[in-house]
Amino acid sequence: MQIFAQIIFVIALVAAIGLFFRNIRRIIRNIKLGKKIDRNDNPNERLAIMARIAFGQSKMVKRPFSGLLHIIVYIGFIIINIEVLEILIDGIFGTHRVLSFIGRPYDYLIGIFEILALLVLIGVILFWTRRNISNIYRFLGRELKGWPKNDANYILYFEMVIMILFLVMNAADYQLQLNGTINYAQAEGGIAGAFPVSQFLLPLFEVMNDSTLIIIERVAWWLHILGILIFLNYLYYSKHLHILLAFPNVYFSKLAPMGEFDNLESVTNEVKLMMDPAADPYAAPPEGEVPEKFGASDVMDLNQVQLLNAYTCTECGRCTAQCPANNTGKKLSPRKIMMDTRDRLEEVGEIINKKGKFEDDGKQLLDDYILREELWACTTCNACVEACPVGIDPLSIIMDMRRYLVMEQSAAPNELSISMTNIENNGAPWPYNQMDRLNWAEEK
Amino acid sequence: MAEAIKVPTMAEYMAEGKKPEVLFWVGCMGSFDDRAKKVTKAFVRILSKAKIDFAVLGTEESCTGDPAKRAGNEFLFQMQAVTNIEVLNGYEVKKIVTACPHCFNTIKNEYPELGGNYEVVHHTTFLKSLLDEGRLTVEGGKFKGKRITFHDPCYLGRANGVYEAPRDLLRKLEVELVEMKRCKKNGMCCGAGGAQMFKEPEPGSKDVNIERTEQAIEVQPEIIAAGCPFCNTMMTDGVKGKNQEENIAVMDVAEMIANAQDL
Repeated sequence: MQIFAQIIFVIALVAAIGLFFRNIRRIIRNIKLGKKIDRNDNPNERLAIMARIAFGQSKMVKRPFSGLLHIIVYIGFIIINIEVLEILIDGIFGTHRVLSFIGRPYDYLIGIFEILALLVLIGVILFWTRRNISNIYRFLGRELKGWPKNDANYILYFEMVIMILFLVMNAADYQLQLNGTINYAQAEGGIAGAFPVSQFLLPLFEVMNDSTLIIIERVAWWLHILGILIFLNYLYYSKHLHILLAFPNVYFSKLAPMGEFDNLESVTNEVKLMMDPAADPYAAPPEGEVPEKFGASDVMDLNQVQLLNAYTCTECGRCTAQCPANNTGKKLSPRKIMMDTRDRLEEVGEIINKKGKFEDDGKQLLDDYILREELWACTTCNACVEACPVGIDPLSIIMDMRRYLVMEQSAAPNELSISMTNIENNGAPWPYNQMDRLNWAEEK
Repeated sequence: MAEAIKVPTMAEYMAEGKKPEVLFWVGCMGSFDDRAKKVTKAFVRILSKAKIDFAVLGTEESCTGDPAKRAGNEFLFQMQAVTNIEVLNGYEVKKIVTACPHCFNTIKNEYPELGGNYEVVHHTTFLKSLLDEGRLTVEGGKFKGKRITFHDPCYLGRANGVYEAPRDLLRKLEVELVEMKRCKKNGMCCGAGGAQMFKEPEPGSKDVNIERTEQAIEVQPEIIAAGCPFCNTMMTDGVKGKNQEENIAVMDVAEMIANAQDL
């Protein structure tokens, strides 16, 4: 019987880890559909930023209440996972509380896990009320309707259930130890672990007989670890990948001043050619060379960091809450830009899964996901970039798509086209003569 | 201010075989917009008063290309940039001061890769350094004790991390500096950036400048201080839109310093 349980456990573990790595490989493959971008400079500065913003959660606490709750859940998540290590060993080798031999420190650890589990449970319940009951601007966006809202709630339910199972498992175990039940009782009537939280569940368990308690303890133990393994694989299908990707995402974020937008190299080459008096304007382009597309109309035109951004986004909406366009009722929502990018990237990835390579499906990121009206509402103010706790840059995607609209399609709003013609002809966005530029000095 | 001030050009300096300490990049707004021209003139008066050896490009100046770039027209931007860089490098310009955060950001951050390397400062930073060096003295004068809020321009603040220079200048004017809820890193755009200045806004419930002006009105200032010609226009329009032009003025920090000294 015991060996049977061990075999089931190992199968579940191997299957879960196998699936998890398949998903990770898919993410990496999809990100690599994007253009290469060099973000390997200044490794020390990047590591420092990652330590501060991703590990240290420095941007989370800008909103103190949700920031504090998040830190509790984050610390709980990391520390309680030490317990998972013991569960894995017990599961594989058929032991029970294998680490309890370390004695006192073990008691402290279990005690800390319990307190954290309770805090996480409270935190997650508060998160749920914020999302579902409080009218918080960033949780009311139209892009959250349907699946994204359900997804967010499923994640919270998962975490609630896992924490409750952990506490139930401990309480039943504690009662069994008190009862002196074989396999649970310690030598000389000692107690392995400390149960500062689950002890309050004892009144429920005292009245039960040992076999019921064992069933409860085993069921809770199994559901707890299976829940974790399922959650591990739910990540890829949810918005929750940030627990892994926030770290590389912050590492590869832009170090230059926020106001510095990249100069398109393909354009620089064209401009140099135009300015070069020795260049032959009628020269035919080299044989077989396809001119590089300016800007982005689909996910493959974006760079790999932008695609990593899309997978990292956890749809918290801090960007959208700060967006001046969104605040004044425009359709633009930086969060939606990231969600659309990921949805389209996943759609492209699905085609590759099915057909082995990407085949045109008649759709693209522009128009089918992101509307022109959204792109043109942006003031490029960088509020969204500043607001993101994990270094996502929605503005760079908006800019690349504007570049496509203007340079590939000449589809700028009419007034903008006029301004650009003015810049081209007069060196100013208005139809004033460049020769009048110093007239102000003569005026009184 | 009765007499016109002398504004030397780089060409004149070149003809005399001299180089100024700093080039004043006036920008399109500063050259052509009636409201922004006042700021330009105020800044020039301060420069003259402080005996700064400066020059402008005059008719050789052209749009930096910022609105073209943010609108997505990278091609036009780079054409403008390369042309301007040729002029600036021709005069061997080392240091540039400008009263426009958009010009400031573009020349400082986006020109180097295209061959234009200069020390670029915003006029508030420049004035602050003049103060620190003792080349300029500022006293409260008519602004002493006035309730003033500073609206951070996105391309000065968030984009380039300049928050304190304009505030230090206002403190020198002994004003009562009050901050809006959204200020500094979390400041809210006036609505003009990203080439929005040159187009109609998308459909929505409100214009961005009205929203921002309402935030300013909440702290009940007598003056909204600005550091950007675009913000200045947007906030001025916002104040008018809220029928507050009798109670609230919108002024550039440089204008306030010039006014305080009756320049």
